[in-house]
Amino acid sequence: MTFPPPPYASPAGNPVRSGRAAPAGRKETAAYRRPRATRALAAAAFCALAFGAGDLPAEDGLAVDPEVRASLASSKVQDRDLAIERLAADFSPEAGAIMAALLAGDLYVDRDTSDLYLRDPGGAGYSPAGSGEPTDGESLSLRKVGTNNRQRSALAGILNGRSLRHPDVNVRREASAALVSDSGADEAFGAFIRELLAEEKDSRVRGNYEKILAARALRDPASSREDILAALGTLKERLSPEAQGLIRERTGAEDPEIAAAAREALSRMEATIQHISLFDTVFFGLSLGSVLALIAIGLAVTFGVMGVINMAHGEMVMLGAYTVWAFQELMPGRPGLALILAVPGSFVVAAIVGAAIERGVIRFLYNRPLETLLATFGISLILQQAVRTFVSSNNRPVVTPPFMAGQWYWTEHLSITWGRFYIIVFCLAVFLMILLVMKRTRLGLEVRAVTQNRPVARAMGVNSGRVDLMCFMLGSGVAGMAGAALSQLANVGPNLGQNYIVDSFMVVVFGGVGNLWGTLVGGLLIGMANKFLEPVNGAILAKIIIMCGIILFIQRHPRGLFPQKGRAAAA
Amino acid sequence: MKAFDRPTRIFFALAAAFALAVALGSLRPEGSALSVSPLTVSVLGKYMCLATLALSVDLVWGYMGILSLGHGAFFAMGGYAFGMYLMRHIGDKGVYVSELPDFMVFIGWEKLPWYWLGTDVFAYAAFLSVAAPGLLALVFGWTAFRSRVSGVYFSIISQAMTYALMLAFFLNALGFGGNNGFTDFKEILGFDIHTRGMATTLFALSAALMLLFYWICRTVSVSRLGLAVRAIRDNEDRVRFAGYRVERVKLFVFTLSAMAAGLAGALFVPQAGIINPNSFSPLFSIEAVICVALGGRGRLYGAVIGAFLVNWLKTTLTGLMPDAWLFVYGLLFVVVTVFLPEGVAGLLSRIRNPLAGRLKGERRGTEARA
Repeated sequence: MTFPPPPYASPAGNPVRSGRAAPAGRKETAAYRRPRATRALAAAAFCALAFGAGDLPAEDGLAVDPEVRASLASSKVQDRDLAIERLAADFSPEAGAIMAALLAGDLYVDRDTSDLYLRDPGGAGYSPAGSGEPTDGESLSLRKVGTNNRQRSALAGILNGRSLRHPDVNVRREASAALVSDSGADEAFGAFIRELLAEEKDSRVRGNYEKILAARALRDPASSREDILAALGTLKERLSPEAQGLIRERTGAEDPEIAAAAREALSRMEATIQHISLFDTVFFGLSLGSVLALIAIGLAVTFGVMGVINMAHGEMVMLGAYTVWAFQELMPGRPGLALILAVPGSFVVAAIVGAAIERGVIRFLYNRPLETLLATFGISLILQQAVRTFVSSNNRPVVTPPFMAGQWYWTEHLSITWGRFYIIVFCLAVFLMILLVMKRTRLGLEVRAVTQNRPVARAMGVNSGRVDLMCFMLGSGVAGMAGAALSQLANVGPNLGQNYIVDSFMVVVFGGVGNLWGTLVGGLLIGMANKFLEPVNGAILAKIIIMCGIILFIQRHPRGLFPQKGRAAAA
Repeated sequence: MKAFDRPTRIFFALAAAFALAVALGSLRPEGSALSVSPLTVSVLGKYMCLATLALSVDLVWGYMGILSLGHGAFFAMGGYAFGMYLMRHIGDKGVYVSELPDFMVFIGWEKLPWYWLGTDVFAYAAFLSVAAPGLLALVFGWTAFRSRVSGVYFSIISQAMTYALMLAFFLNALGFGGNNGFTDFKEILGFDIHTRGMATTLFALSAALMLLFYWICRTVSVSRLGLAVRAIRDNEDRVRFAGYRVERVKLFVFTLSAMAAGLAGALFVPQAGIINPNSFSPLFSIEAVICVALGGRGRLYGAVIGAFLVNWLKTTLTGLMPDAWLFVYGLLFVVVTVFLPEGVAGLLSRIRNPLAGRLKGERRGTEARA
């Protein structure tokens, strides 16, 4: 059986790309793998995959088998058939890359060593199959590996079916999900999907296949009534505009049962879509809110204690983000570890800079809050320009480590982006940490005493200068950690902090100064409001509405959501 | 107290002499002695407008103790209001050869929105450039002062106000040209805007506005109202307990200063040749504040000196070493607040009378505790 080439070629894990992007420096372990395949090459296209899937797990680091290489280099058609058969059973990215190159006519072999080379896109150079530095190909005597029509159609089929029969269930899930949005119309495709469905064990992949078949059934005018009803039942789980269109067509069906089923399916779909978008909005709002709260917590600490709005707070955030970049530069190839180490690192960096600011400037401006505001604004300008001058005025690339990328599927349609999820968790953790410091440590006690009444606290022997310093370091350090988190969401550039500073002021003022819970609630509320308004009004207008809302709120409640009570409020 | 005390008289004499010299110099043929190039004239004219803005900040900050980080918004609103007039008088000489401003044609509008009506009348546009910022200040000030938002809180929400306005003016749909704002002006009252005579006229008007507003500020500050204003700065609660309607005093002074800032913005735009949403940025508003801080707040001439110093530094340094400007600028903030709390003007008077500085210093202490 041959399988017709591309209309539904799986975009997932394009073998060419994954092959070329393979990290360099991988060991050559020429393990010989015996394919359990039939002689006939055409059948091998799928059967080899079907059997091979069971006992040939894909292994990273698998290099091209010398026998395959020799067969490919051979001028005999039969030898190359054998090579393709073997490659079909090999699930390594290299094998995929070689097959893709072979199909595209980009596979070359060195006449002397029979090493394989892949021609780079554009034909500028040649990279050795597997690993190694690309060359310009002039020093080698390269010969193109030819294919005939039959081999090419077999290769196309193999490449198509490859990811659908991949031993890794995640690859199959992704590949089948990609097919759902692009269900081909020809009969061979339907048969192919039915065949795959029969072999498949994973429920999610099966679900994808069933949806493809259901969409085909609805599209097919010859489908029986039962088929249509069953298809409607299956398809209402699939939330694409295309499926909605197919079902909507059937709401006008002559058969009242079908029409009713279609209407019911449609309303179910719409309800589900609404729930999902609500969930997404809440989740995005929470993650934006956590970022705001994270930045504002540090601000709340310094403002609450010293009555000082630190305009350079945004630059502490920026320094934190640059610390992540610096750590990743220092540890090439280990972005995840660098990020984790950079979290305490950014705390330290920002805290040290904060200490310098406190000792160098703010200490001289006690009791002059408005002037402190101006001075710290000046410092923020200096820090920004320092980064521009000594690092670069362009954004710095920060790598998102694998554990931050990707999504976690709760159900098929409800998914959570890991990066955002971790940021919410991180925000809560930092918040709890600050709360513990404030409520359970000696420092926290002294901080609260100074906040409530500085002269009396000093009379009781609290060193208020030290408390101010520690507070400022703590606030700046937390801002640095916020920057480390933000480096995963926003561009890391000199203006990073500036973009968030006005918002985080609003959070502090909105939540009520000197109240950590107020800051957290205020941040989450503002983030949530932002994300709920955004789809209706657009991002900028949403921000303007929130600004105006907060300005008006402050007019009615000048001390925020959770005002301080008692004597502290009068200070 | 007289409005024209000795420092004021000296300042007026010097400022008027300077303005006269520049204006006459600009009328002399280029290259001859004492001649001032049109470029310099328009730069000095812009400084005069920025000095007026600094004066308006000084009035609310130096005399009333309210640090507004959003005064640039009033300046920009006045600028936009007069910019509307200038845009209307480009007429069909624009790129799209339409009676509508180019940016409206570009976003596909077919007629002027209602708030543009009448802006082609000079008197109305001039009125609007005072009234619009005045109205904004009235509404914003009324809500803020009534609920006794003060100190750092007021600074933050005034900054949020100008930030929100900046975001709004970036929107194309608002009908103010979005990102690009207004530019490419052609004429005022039928006179070409690019002539030497126009540059001199605008400069003279800016200087006159600065001096006029200076005189108004002096008059206010020596009046009974001025006494109340300073009393509010030093101890607001005490003034309230003494039976004054603190909110009304604050609102009057705040609105007055916003109107002056708006007029300064209106004169600034034809000299700068452009107005865009960046003039709503918090940075621009803070620039006006640092002018006052550097010059010495609570002394009107300090604000003018500060505005000229800061803007001269900015023009010179951004031309010579663009990278260094922000370092110098940032340091200026720190150095002025830490070492020169009374500004350059305070330094001058301390040199003249060491004891006066001491007394002022004590007064500052009272204010801080309040």
